[in-house]
Amino acid sequence: MRVRKFWIGALGLALAASITACGGKKDDLDAPDAGGGAAAAGSGPKVDAATAGNVEGVVAFDGVAPKNEPIKMNADPVCVKENTTPQQQETYMVADGKLANVFVYVKDGLGNYSYDAPAGAVTIDQKGCRYHPHVLALRIGQKLEIVNDDPTLHNIHALPKGNQEFNTGQPIQGMKTEHVFTAKEIMVPFKCDVHGWMNAYLAVMDHPYYAITGADGKFSLKGLPPGTYTIEAWHEKAGTQTAQVTIGAKETKEANFTFKAGATATD
Amino acid sequence: MLHRFAKFVAGCTVLLVLAGSLVTSTDSGLSVPDWPTTYGWNMFTFPPSKWVGGILYEHGHRLIASSVGFLTIVLAAWLWMSDTRRWMKWLGVGALGAVIAQGVLGGLTVMFFLPAPISTAHAGLAEIFFCMTVAIALFTSRGWIEGYRGRLVDDVPLRRLATAATILIYCQILIGATMRHTGAGLAIPDFPLMFGHLWPNHWDSKIAVHFAHRAGALLVALAVAVTASAVFARTRMSELRRPARLLIALVVVQITLGALTVLSRRDMWINSVHVVCGALVLTTSLVLTLRTWRVKFATQDVPLRREPAEVRLQPDTTTIRTVRFPVDQTNRTAR
Repeated sequence: MRVRKFWIGALGLALAASITACGGKKDDLDAPDAGGGAAAAGSGPKVDAATAGNVEGVVAFDGVAPKNEPIKMNADPVCVKENTTPQQQETYMVADGKLANVFVYVKDGLGNYSYDAPAGAVTIDQKGCRYHPHVLALRIGQKLEIVNDDPTLHNIHALPKGNQEFNTGQPIQGMKTEHVFTAKEIMVPFKCDVHGWMNAYLAVMDHPYYAITGADGKFSLKGLPPGTYTIEAWHEKAGTQTAQVTIGAKETKEANFTFKAGATATD
Repeated sequence: MLHRFAKFVAGCTVLLVLAGSLVTSTDSGLSVPDWPTTYGWNMFTFPPSKWVGGILYEHGHRLIASSVGFLTIVLAAWLWMSDTRRWMKWLGVGALGAVIAQGVLGGLTVMFFLPAPISTAHAGLAEIFFCMTVAIALFTSRGWIEGYRGRLVDDVPLRRLATAATILIYCQILIGATMRHTGAGLAIPDFPLMFGHLWPNHWDSKIAVHFAHRAGALLVALAVAVTASAVFARTRMSELRRPARLLIALVVVQITLGALTVLSRRDMWINSVHVVCGALVLTTSLVLTLRTWRVKFATQDVPLRREPAEVRLQPDTTTIRTVRFPVDQTNRTAR
């Protein structure tokens, strides 16, 4: 009898622990980032707009860029129908020697400034069985809006190391879900396990000084307080490059990066 | 009839193992993010038009697993009602428990984003469940019940060899599962050399697991060769010689598939058939092993011939009192 009571008690405890654990996990996922939001706002002085300067530059690619892998969408007839032209991965987007989809940001040198809370949400769209954009960034505490614009189902699976992993199904066209990241992370890979070719990268930042290069390879980091900064350029395959830049009051300095063929990711 | 049904369940389990290995080989394990539902649908009403991409493999695996689970319920109930051997009733219940636990592990691994320990446990339990279905099919066979017509030999060394080989094969499968679920399948990218050498010139945890699987393959091949040689040298029983021959053939195929998996950069079909072939190696070895143990299950109904002279028969403690099977009376008389 005593043994039986013991087992009943143990089972009850285990059940209670499981419920608590499951509840805790849900809270973690849904919480609107109290700590992260505070970190995003910062605690030091605000940047003086009157003395702020800029860093601008171009990201180039030297040599012949490797061919992007072709994508076969046969696994989903809807994806085939949505794309009438041959599709390739977006790994190396090079035009006239300029490299797109490079994430450029201030890696080091910022003091303890406080920044305005990020306005609005950043959107990642699933359209034509591709992610749009392929590389994106947001601030800690800023909402990520995930949209399925395809007449097929997707799962969006984030594989962060410093944030909470999630895997959300979006079976119906037009579905929107939101997610908030709580820790700085460069980069969070995204994948769709239904359509293995779909991938994207998200940077979660604790300050507003970042940019993503377009087709012309250009970037601009505006409103930086005077100081010396380490600027890093990140590319999903070519790796990272850094540059030191010192800007004075109201100055605009140039920082250019050149990735070379044959380089591989270092981060 | 029960034996046929048990064989059918074992056959369906082979299909289930193939479906499961395809999920891993195509990296589709998280293509259905929820469990036990499928994108919010009841698993059984999820529209076939939506079985696209990775969902085809993951959802297909879940449906086949559910079917095998249902078949196992029927098998366990059938054994409970028809088989008078008490241990057989509980073996049926054990198989049912294993398939339920297997389903729960499958769900957990999806909900926790495929953690290697849970996924490896899922793969390891799959093999145990498959072994249970094969064992049930064997234990319900006429040959087993009749004690292989009195041609049984209590050969202790052979029994030990076969048992050791089976355990070794299972350990090798666990290493293989660890390798698959930690992404170490191509940690050593060349074959038969390793980074161009006979021995890896650098190490990390993935290389170590991969190397252990290759070394394990050699050990398994050696164990199977020794066991099969012992079978051919020590007995003429076709019930032992046949699985020994099959075991050798399967090991040769299995090693070839393992090499091709690396050389093809983990082609999904080669990789998956490698997993299935591994399961067949295990169960073939299990059948051979169980048959060497058959004398320990001796029944009063089935006379056992002492061969060779030093054979020691164990007293029967697990008597088959009444077994409701369509035993061929002609053969029984002839025996």
